[in-house]
Amino acid sequence: MAAKLAFIFFSMILTNNYVLVKFLGICPFLGVSKKLDSAIGMSAAVTFVMVVATAATWPIYTNLLEPQGLGYLQTIVFILVIAILVQLLEIVMKRFMPPLYNALGIYLPLITTNCTILGVTILNIDNGYNYAESLVCALGAGVGFMLAMVMFSGVRRRLEEARPPKPFEGLPITLVAASIVSLSFTGFGGLIEKIFGM
Amino acid sequence: MEKQSKKSNRLAVLTNGLLHENPSLRLVLGTCPTLAITTSVFNSLGMGLAATFVLIGSNMAVSACRKLIPDKVRIPAFITIIAGFVTVVMMLVQAFVPDLYDALGVYLPLIVVNCISLGRAEMFASKNPVIESALDGLGMGIGFTLTLTVMGFVRELLGAGTVLGFQVLPAKIEPFSILVSPPGGFFVFGVLMAVAIWLDQRKGKTVNADPEAAGCAGCANSTLCHGEGGKV
Repeated sequence: MAAKLAFIFFSMILTNNYVLVKFLGICPFLGVSKKLDSAIGMSAAVTFVMVVATAATWPIYTNLLEPQGLGYLQTIVFILVIAILVQLLEIVMKRFMPPLYNALGIYLPLITTNCTILGVTILNIDNGYNYAESLVCALGAGVGFMLAMVMFSGVRRRLEEARPPKPFEGLPITLVAASIVSLSFTGFGGLIEKIFGM
Repeated sequence: MEKQSKKSNRLAVLTNGLLHENPSLRLVLGTCPTLAITTSVFNSLGMGLAATFVLIGSNMAVSACRKLIPDKVRIPAFITIIAGFVTVVMMLVQAFVPDLYDALGVYLPLIVVNCISLGRAEMFASKNPVIESALDGLGMGIGFTLTLTVMGFVRELLGAGTVLGFQVLPAKIEPFSILVSPPGGFFVFGVLMAVAIWLDQRKGKTVNADPEAAGCAGCANSTLCHGEGGKV
């Protein structure tokens, strides 16, 4: 059991990294990775919402939608739950945890339409994970997101001093750099499976 | 006379999405599916058509309801409308093209949070009448489909040596299989975007390709966070 959980956690960070391997959450990856502190703030908020959203949507799907044969409503229900949850988190944080709100609050409205959140909740159901596995998967996905954001903000700082050919300036060269970072992650292929013998 | 100008105006709305405001290469919206599913021409076409259907439907519905929806709850309301159309598309694709349903996987439901559908609802459909909104959805959808297909064509041809599953490159040439893997997606997209910018720069236009501007200004949420997403 513990081995399975650890396997899910580490494979979500390295071999199935949401940003660099599965292409989820590219918009914040390109948009908010310029500065290290905003990269950390954004990914902390994403990780937090991922775990909370999974904690809420998994029971709804397994106990409510599936027994009633309403599985096809998954997309609508999940996105609504996520939208409400983000709004609720914002209100609760503002009222009871002002320091946390000051650190993460500005990123929260951006998160509703972040595909990593909806992606992780749907993939957990698709993969047939149980409740504990789903939560660990969400946590791993968040940590993987943070790893990619933090690494890439370092690359971006170097990139600003580089002088690429004129048409490549700005976004194109950033994408080529992302390609190289992503290339380094393909090196982890099969590593986690070997370690945990799965 | 007036009728004619209205007509040409509608044509401009339609062609806007094809080149000038191409959703993927210009507005940099919907990057996730652009990178993820363009490993083959078949997937690209399927994804593009599914997104086009959603765009036309959601744009029309949003535009028809634009006076009924209170400003404060408009983003959740738009998302719900879009999610409804996405569910319809999912059921249709699952019933008629099960191969495509398996190939697109999680990216099909993710059209809901695709910045293109929400972005157009927010930027265009919530301010314009129904017919113009439908045309905008069609134009954006075709622009998106074209970009996806070009990406899919390049990646499938060079990465696997095939087009739509048919062997095109002689089998003796070893395909660059890296191009159909994730790093290749980033690379081809970056090069394609540079080509689009180069074409515009040759015409003497200045092009702003600052990722911070693209990532935030094009995002439907920028009205919520006043474009200050990452700038603390």
